[in-house]
Amino acid sequence: MKNTNEMELVFDSRPVNEGFARVSVAAFMTQLNPTLEEVSDVKTAVSEAVTNALIHGYDGKVKKIMIRCWIEGQTLYVEIRDEGKGIENVEKAMEPLFTTRPELDRSGMGFAFMEAFMDNVYVESELGKGTLVRMKKTIGKGRELWTTQSL
Amino acid sequence: MEYQIEENSLTIFLPAELDHCNAEQVRKRADMLIEHNHIKYVIFDFANTNFMDSSGIGVLMGRYKLVYLVGGEVWAVNANERIRKILKMSGVTKIIQMFEEEKQ
Repeated sequence: MKNTNEMELVFDSRPVNEGFARVSVAAFMTQLNPTLEEVSDVKTAVSEAVTNALIHGYDGKVKKIMIRCWIEGQTLYVEIRDEGKGIENVEKAMEPLFTTRPELDRSGMGFAFMEAFMDNVYVESELGKGTLVRMKKTIGKGRELWTTQSL
Repeated sequence: MEYQIEENSLTIFLPAELDHCNAEQVRKRADMLIEHNHIKYVIFDFANTNFMDSSGIGVLMGRYKLVYLVGGEVWAVNANERIRKILKMSGVTKIIQMFEEEKQ
């Protein structure tokens, strides 16, 4: 039997739901005993991915965004998926400062922030089908070290 | 959105969370005020802000693009440690001014 704990969320791609998505994932990860900073990191990464699905995947139209989270040991996995237009060139999209919507005041730093705050970011996309962003973060790494040193 | 105008200076008191949703509202209001009041200096007050993602960076950068043409400046003030970390990470601190209160 797999030793994982999973949750799945489906919600409308409305800007007002961005906060809801952040808080939901934050609530789910509480069982890992994260520091405030770890929670902030994950919330920021989730915010970036959800915003991308909304603005880019769906071009602001109201469709469904799917979030799936699971925990394996001390590692949190977060998957954010949309069934929108897909990314033409994933490598280019993940370049810092690159954006296809400069007129919307987009900084082009979404992926850069995700990569900075999570241990790993994996992107799968198909034009016309949708995009999947999978990120993971091992929680409590820093604190383990601290305990060892204090002994 | 709470704001304050003094001559050609606009201070915007940002909300608790500056994400894409709130950034849109801030952007629209700010641009209207900047144009209508010939604003040269835009000051973003982060005193109430405890969350910001790259959408917030976009708001700062976008307003800078507006005012630098008239020789203006954009300031970020009263940012807490987390917000300052995000501002520095994004590199936006190269073009906007930061003001940090001396803690006693």
